[in-house]
Amino acid sequence: MTREIAVVAFAQTDHRRSTEESSEVEMLMPVLHGVLAQSGLRTADIGFTCSGSSDYLAGRAFSFTLALDGVGAWPPISESHVEMDGAWALYEAWTKLLTGDADTALVYSYGKCSPGSVRDVLTRQLDPYYVAPLWPDSVALAALQAQALMDAGHTDEPALAAVGARSRADAEANPHAQLKGPVPHGDYVVRPLRTGDCPPVGDGAAAVILAAGERARRLCARPAWIRGIDHRIEAHGLGVRDLTDSPSTRLAAEKAGAFERPVDTAELHAPFTAQEVILRRALRLGDDVRVNPSGGALAANPVMAAGLIRIGEAAARIHRGESDRALAHATSGPCLQQNLVAVLEGDPR
Amino acid sequence: MPEVLQAPLVVEFPFTRSLGPVQSAFLTGLRERVVLGVKTTDGRTLVPPVEYDPVTAEEIRDLVEVAPTGTVTAWAWNHEPRRGQPLGAPFAWVLVRLDGADTALLHALDAPGPDAVRTGMRVRVRWAGERTGAITDIACFEPYDGEPAQPGGHTGEFENPLTGIVAPARLDYTYSPGRAQSAYIHALGEQRTVGERCPSCRKVYVPPRGACPTCGVATAEQVEVGPRGTVTTYCIVNIKAKNLDIEVPYVYAHIALDGAGLALHARIGGIPYDQVRMGLRVEPVWTEGARYPDHYRPTGEPDADYDTYKELL
Repeated sequence: MTREIAVVAFAQTDHRRSTEESSEVEMLMPVLHGVLAQSGLRTADIGFTCSGSSDYLAGRAFSFTLALDGVGAWPPISESHVEMDGAWALYEAWTKLLTGDADTALVYSYGKCSPGSVRDVLTRQLDPYYVAPLWPDSVALAALQAQALMDAGHTDEPALAAVGARSRADAEANPHAQLKGPVPHGDYVVRPLRTGDCPPVGDGAAAVILAAGERARRLCARPAWIRGIDHRIEAHGLGVRDLTDSPSTRLAAEKAGAFERPVDTAELHAPFTAQEVILRRALRLGDDVRVNPSGGALAANPVMAAGLIRIGEAAARIHRGESDRALAHATSGPCLQQNLVAVLEGDPR
Repeated sequence: MPEVLQAPLVVEFPFTRSLGPVQSAFLTGLRERVVLGVKTTDGRTLVPPVEYDPVTAEEIRDLVEVAPTGTVTAWAWNHEPRRGQPLGAPFAWVLVRLDGADTALLHALDAPGPDAVRTGMRVRVRWAGERTGAITDIACFEPYDGEPAQPGGHTGEFENPLTGIVAPARLDYTYSPGRAQSAYIHALGEQRTVGERCPSCRKVYVPPRGACPTCGVATAEQVEVGPRGTVTTYCIVNIKAKNLDIEVPYVYAHIALDGAGLALHARIGGIPYDQVRMGLRVEPVWTEGARYPDHYRPTGEPDADYDTYKELL
């Protein structure tokens, strides 16, 4: 790798159950202006723009084109979109900067879960021949995974409750979080998962600015250098996979260099409590690593933005000097099917 | 601020999907009460079968029948079934490894309650009464404490094999157009057209979406435009759309309303289709109770000079 690339700015909305008063672009614009203001860049200074979102959340084809109104696409800009979480848009932007074609990139993503039923919407990403016709919703599939984890002896209901409680307690310090403070473990949604094991359903957006080399140092007092980033995928057949493990996360982490030296912080995209247990094991995170100080996806889970927010939160801790080496993880698909790991570092102090 | 509008939005589509040789054999088999797996080159049997080995990506075609009895490898109790799911009463989601298979199939298990379900329990297929060649031909699984069933050794060759399936999908939304478009639609209800002016480039957007796409900044200043406008360009439509009560040919045009910074589009009426032209001055025609103009018709004014609308093409 010849170019150093860093996250130099991060902004997110306050995540809420519903933002029906705003269109996607109205929800998005404050965070776009937020990262521009932090970095001191103007729209015309951005070399590459990449976004992540989903038509199925919006219920409209090509919905991302309307959100482009928020970035000022005139004169024409270099732009791309992924129908995935914004973490994958960040990956694309990172590769673009690596090629030398651009020195700065704006990455944003957004998700409004409020217009539809996100449990039903997510069934549409499943195998259309053998699985989707049964309409197994996202909580049901996560519950299968949680039960498999319990059967394997890796966790139990009190341990899962503790993951939820710690996440929501940490979220009290996060002004953007949707669900914070004491939350009862609650009734079963799909057993063994209770309401407290599941993420809140909500709307939100996030944006990040990447910059290369000296440009990053000029834009940010303490850039969060991306030392490595990788993403891996597993077989789509749930019955082919070992649901108690996440080999794709482990491989992505290895390729991103996560195991070369310890990290002090990990922002894990684990929408369900049991998934944090799986990810901690896959990533070999010890008890000395600060996991999800933001509260994680259990405190705010705007679908398509929650993974980018993990990278943004990890980077922001480096910007603030609260972390020197952080791991950020994003997931997509049922039962942690696809996983992205980034390793971020601040300059030595 | 006026009330933000909402309306139900149903997205529904019957996806028509073609099947490969392995999927065709598997789904045709279900129609005939036969469960087929596929052998990988290292000797494992995958059920449900796929055309490419998930480990090596090798193409695989070697079909083998497995038993309709099996073992639960994971489960989750679903006490509130949702629309489209296999059973209407509470049931367990299960991954079942059928006897003779090395991988598990996702489906529903009909059981009296969560205490009756455990990993490792024995189950068998309950076939649907009417089978069409779909995963739902397995109505569900049911508890079973008998001997493992013996598969019949089917080769996967069938009379009238399926070549495709129709997978209906329906999602229900409550659509809200947000602040700017709600204001636009409210104004239309009063037979007025309002846009929003960009604070930076001063262009007036109709309909407004709350942002200037050129400058990337929020727009908020409302500006009433029209009602009259100028045809900037047009086309003649010769195809009659389904359920549309308009005779062809008709003219669809871009119309720059007076004061607007870009054109919107609408149908032109009240003039023969072959007499519509660029620069034609038009005004909206409202029908009783309508929330938007039915069409635009000529005002009778002289045509607008090209220079007055050339920036709006």
